[in-house]
Amino acid sequence: MKYFGLLWKNVWRKKVRTLLTILSVFVAFLLYALLNGIGYAFNVGADVANAERLIVIDKISLINPVPVSYMNRIASTPGVAAVTHASWFGGYYQDQRNQFAQFPTDPYAYFAMYPELNIPKEQLDAFASTRTGAVVGHELAEQFGWKIGDRIPIQATIWTKADGGRTWEFELVGIFSSSDPRGSSAFMLMHYDYFDEARAFGKGTVGWYVLRVNKGADPVEIANTIDAGFANSPNETETSTEAAFAASFAKQFGNIALIVQLILGAVFFTLLLVAGNTMAQSIRERISEIAVMKTLGFGDRSVLLVILSESILIMMIGGILGLAAGWFFIQGLSVEMGAFLPGIFLSPNALIFGMAFIVIVGVLAGIFPAVKAMRLTIVEALARA
Amino acid sequence: MAAIRQAIAVTWLNILNIRKRIAASLVAVIGVAAVVLVFAAVLSMAKGFERTMTSAGSEDTAIIIRSGSTAELNSGLSNEQVLIVANAPGVLKDGDQPVTSAELYVIVDIRKKSTNADANVPIRGVQSNAMEVRQNVQIAEGRMFEAGRNEIVVGRAAQQEFAGLELGANIKFGQSVWTIVGVFTANGSVSESELWTDVRVLQGAYRRGNSFQSVRAKLESKDSLQVLKDALDKDPRIDVDVMSEQEYYSTQAQPLSQFIRLIGYPLTVLMAIGAVFGALNSMYSSVSVRTKEIATLRALGFGPFAVLVSTIIESTILALTGGALGGAIAYLVFNGFRVSTLNGASFSQVVFDFAVTPDLLVQGLIAATIIGLIGGFFPAIRAARLPVAQALREV
Repeated sequence: MKYFGLLWKNVWRKKVRTLLTILSVFVAFLLYALLNGIGYAFNVGADVANAERLIVIDKISLINPVPVSYMNRIASTPGVAAVTHASWFGGYYQDQRNQFAQFPTDPYAYFAMYPELNIPKEQLDAFASTRTGAVVGHELAEQFGWKIGDRIPIQATIWTKADGGRTWEFELVGIFSSSDPRGSSAFMLMHYDYFDEARAFGKGTVGWYVLRVNKGADPVEIANTIDAGFANSPNETETSTEAAFAASFAKQFGNIALIVQLILGAVFFTLLLVAGNTMAQSIRERISEIAVMKTLGFGDRSVLLVILSESILIMMIGGILGLAAGWFFIQGLSVEMGAFLPGIFLSPNALIFGMAFIVIVGVLAGIFPAVKAMRLTIVEALARA
Repeated sequence: MAAIRQAIAVTWLNILNIRKRIAASLVAVIGVAAVVLVFAAVLSMAKGFERTMTSAGSEDTAIIIRSGSTAELNSGLSNEQVLIVANAPGVLKDGDQPVTSAELYVIVDIRKKSTNADANVPIRGVQSNAMEVRQNVQIAEGRMFEAGRNEIVVGRAAQQEFAGLELGANIKFGQSVWTIVGVFTANGSVSESELWTDVRVLQGAYRRGNSFQSVRAKLESKDSLQVLKDALDKDPRIDVDVMSEQEYYSTQAQPLSQFIRLIGYPLTVLMAIGAVFGALNSMYSSVSVRTKEIATLRALGFGPFAVLVSTIIESTILALTGGALGGAIAYLVFNGFRVSTLNGASFSQVVFDFAVTPDLLVQGLIAATIIGLIGGFFPAIRAARLPVAQALREV
């Protein structure tokens, strides 16, 4: 730390050059933060998924419905603490571009299953007692400017009503949010009973079941028991933990992560070159100065450390500012795009890795000039200058 | 004229001694190369996806789905509705039989090879006219399925991406076992991501009774689309959306390709800003290394214009070299790179190849030129304004 003054002077000896380097580092780490935050949405909440919750779907495909009559059999499976169900509604609000998730379900059971979803008690009671009621996540309420008491028409893409209509009107009776910052609540919940009675076809089925196992029970064993119970029936099931289900669904998008990594690789490679070149240039110009430092009694190690620290310092200024700007952007994006791409989130892990990258790139960029400077002999350096 | 001749001479001199400043120049070149590489790679994803989606659609085939359903998967049509559509005016007839195929579009979980996880693979039940209502679909290996049997033909792209779809293999879903009897190609279009079977058999397996999800109808000509639309709009027995296959597929492609663009362009702009800093750095150092040289040239009578222009040209040449390099790498590495992803609009997998198209490469080179011009401009001004006497004394 006693060399900080020297360091600071060295960093700014060529203001424009240092500023340009810092700006390119800033851009690189801004990109890193943005790509990580958006990439997170493609992991479909796999990190948030709860290991004590299981999802039961039709074995052939998620799109096939399962009979509502399975409810009791699943509930009576040993080790199952609670069970509820949901279905895919697949509607949009006003314009086809305003698509978001809607799930007809059982109000009390659903919120009991997902304790991370917070809703005021009286709003939940109102939801349970209002047949055509609906509740939405706060992201959607903000996006579309909805308030409690609004009547919200949802255009169905799948479920025509028994009377032939395609517009379902719901009364907004509550707004919920997720207490987990990584989780999204950008969806709408309605009454399954109303939905099932009013739809023209598909009656008596649900999209999937969600269940919670007793503490200490083996989720895998319970999953196997459930699937075995429905084997050789017209609707075979596939039960998996919520985490496995989310991870498997995330993989449907293909190698998004790989593509993001390739891009980041290209960015960091370029960054390293720019920074490395700046450091090399700056050392070349300073050879006589280094000789003087050594003459004054600076050891080889001190010279090495001073130059390395200079490189790391430049990276830190640009990198930390870049990560911070990225963090602010991601906060904004996750609100702006929350309804359409839920789950944009910059994880603490990504930030920690980002900090590590800053140091690594700083060391890599500075190491060759620093070693070169360390090896300079005083006589040679003074002669060259 | 003299100014231009001078500019050319100085530029030539700069280029000749570029290897004295090779490190800084290389950094600028590689910086721009990375920008163009990332730009071309990301946008080639959107291009390839669009090409796959839109090459499936023809203008003289109509697709009819239930009104309000945004995709085949959401739609539902009864047998009666299918017959009304088939016999509507505007539909091409072969003898007295309409050239239509009523189809069922469902999804089956099949393992994707690259991720080793289940993926939503589309399986389509078709009628005997399926090949007639589509262009370019051909059996490449094996044979077509036989009506009434649990037989499947698979698209070439699906076969490559998903596990267990070899010719002759059996796959099981639900209680039925299906045999793969053929492989079809469809000119690289989205159809190649699908599995096809007899619609009657599929209705049974998915317990869909006698219902369908879409009708494809060959039109008498592409102008007959309006005729068919008007006729079906007026018919009180039916409530459907009628569109050309081309229109349908471009709607299906839109959300994902728009998303990729939404990411791709800002990404490129940000990276380009980074590259401008790199180019500026390199050109400033080029100017400062050449201080003596520039001052000498000015003393010899070369004008500030020649010095200015030559610096900008040098920077642009470096940037274009980088752009060409990045474009070439993008083309070699990514063009034809095959991936499969979930298309949200159809909730099913689409297999497509990255397409590094000429217009992407041109856009990349334009971006490189802009980076070069900006990166050269400010250092060029400094070079042109260099006070000659002082610069000469410094040396």
